[in-house]
Amino acid sequence: MLGFVNILVAGIAYGFVLFLMAGGLSITLGLMNFANMAHAAFAMVGGYAAALLIAKVGVPFIPAVIAAAVIAALVGASFERVLFHRFYRAPELEQVLMTIGVVYVAIAAATYLVGPEQIAISVPAWLEGNIRLGVVEINSYRAFLILVGLALLAGVVGLIEHTTFGAKIRAAVANRRMTASCGVDVDRLYAAAFALGSALAGLGGALSVKLVGLDPYFPIKFLTDLLIVVSVGGLGSLGGTFLAAVLFGAVDVVGKYLLPEAGGFILYATALIVLTVRPQGLAGRRQ
Amino acid sequence: MTVVDIALARQAIRERARWRSLEIAFWVAAACSYFVFPTHLVLLTQIIISGLFAMSLDLLLGYGGIPSFGHAAFFGLGAYAAGLLAAHGWGEPLSGLLVGGAVAGATGLLFSIVIARVHGAAMLMVTMCVGLLVYEAASRMPWLTGGDTGLQGIDMWPVLGRFEFDLFGKTAFWYAYAIAFALYLAARLYVGSPEGLALEGMRENPVRIASLAISSAKRKMIAFTLSATVAGLAGALLAQTTQIVALETLSFDRSVSTLIMLVVGGLGSLIGGFLGAALFVWLRDILSALNPVYWMFWLGLILIGMMLSARGGLVGAVAILSRRIRAMTGTAT
Repeated sequence: MLGFVNILVAGIAYGFVLFLMAGGLSITLGLMNFANMAHAAFAMVGGYAAALLIAKVGVPFIPAVIAAAVIAALVGASFERVLFHRFYRAPELEQVLMTIGVVYVAIAAATYLVGPEQIAISVPAWLEGNIRLGVVEINSYRAFLILVGLALLAGVVGLIEHTTFGAKIRAAVANRRMTASCGVDVDRLYAAAFALGSALAGLGGALSVKLVGLDPYFPIKFLTDLLIVVSVGGLGSLGGTFLAAVLFGAVDVVGKYLLPEAGGFILYATALIVLTVRPQGLAGRRQ
Repeated sequence: MTVVDIALARQAIRERARWRSLEIAFWVAAACSYFVFPTHLVLLTQIIISGLFAMSLDLLLGYGGIPSFGHAAFFGLGAYAAGLLAAHGWGEPLSGLLVGGAVAGATGLLFSIVIARVHGAAMLMVTMCVGLLVYEAASRMPWLTGGDTGLQGIDMWPVLGRFEFDLFGKTAFWYAYAIAFALYLAARLYVGSPEGLALEGMRENPVRIASLAISSAKRKMIAFTLSATVAGLAGALLAQTTQIVALETLSFDRSVSTLIMLVVGGLGSLIGGFLGAALFVWLRDILSALNPVYWMFWLGLILIGMMLSARGGLVGAVAILSRRIRAMTGTAT
């Protein structure tokens, strides 16, 4: 029984890893309606930035993670200004294929610049080891991820739901022309929102390297799982993404523990059933 | 008045069914390639099979406007069905092919019930889940599918009892060519039939199609089942001609690359899938031989460039070119 609780905790922690990465996608794909297949590529940028800053430059862990988010935001914003903004009104299929093109270029660039091998990240001593909460023993790094995830959830939900910035984004998505005629610079707004999504991707990427590793194929490996998390959660709802990510992590880890021969089958079957019964996702706002 | 309208409609339908020069050019060139590149028959066979698979997706996406992000599920199911049959003692090619198509088609029919319920972005996600689901199922049943090492021990009997599969892939080439061409003709018939026209009408204006008392859900289910069947036949062809089935036939990667082939070739023309496959498989062969990373890089750049500029793929580019030439020579009618 205690073993099961520990497995469940590990599953939930994995769900938080997914949430950290999927949170940004929930903004670009979910809120802004842009079929952004390149999201995990921005997460990879963050992961490499943090790992290399720590290993080569000797930057401490926390500043390196923050720098990773900033770098991913800058890269994301430049892509948005140069390329992506031309596709906001294009059909979904064109957005999908163009961003898949970006994924391929990113994989090639990462292989060329950093090399094809897996790289690891070193974390400070206070994040190594375990801490005890009552009867449950939890890895400090996982506990740290859960805290960051909760803080992020509160922060971003607050930003989107309770600030003028968030209200403007929601307005622009609902009716772009009307929002523009109210005097809002929609182009700049979208660029800012995209940079925010990419910053979250970079942060998630940097924090997840420790648990899931990092190599140039990262953008493809996590693409499908992140898309499932965001669409099962419901497009446009960060709370839904959070719920779906934690469920996804729990079902994945516990399912693999109880029925190892079924692998990811249970997970995808669950996702398929949810999407069939509720195409708009668990907490989706629109059909 | 009505007489005139019917005559016009008949003419429009005849015009749609007319063979365009690009189609004839492709099938003639494919047949000629056998004699021009006799040492590359394996690659040429791969192009034909990938083209057939891309055409199956075209029926769905190009004509029905229904995107699929997991179509490799049906390709792989057909491949495994035909492969398993041959590995367990029944190596007759044509019946094996039919079994492959039937298994994929039946699974397609089953999933089409789900597919008909959703639309838009959810469609991509649902089809993606179907693809991942089938992949996981196959990789978790190594006793049946051979798992990561692939399904081996496929022993094919001669085609029609006469043509032995040879080491150079001569029989494999003509077998794949004949089957793909026959299915191409069948797909042309479907696309030109009232059923195919209704499917296209649904893509253009679902509300109006509903008001004509045509069921969109039924059209989608039929298109999805047919498309899955053709995909399964293409997979079965691959299994029979290469005599091995790898998990890769079911992968997300294959779904995506087929989508790319189709869009590069041109949507909604049937031949576009074949043209895109020819370009894609040929380029991949050359560039991957240099360095797999080159291939990824150029593929990405080509995709971005295509989405930024020309819409309509190779077929669209040829149409624009031929219009320009006609305008220049003044023979436009």
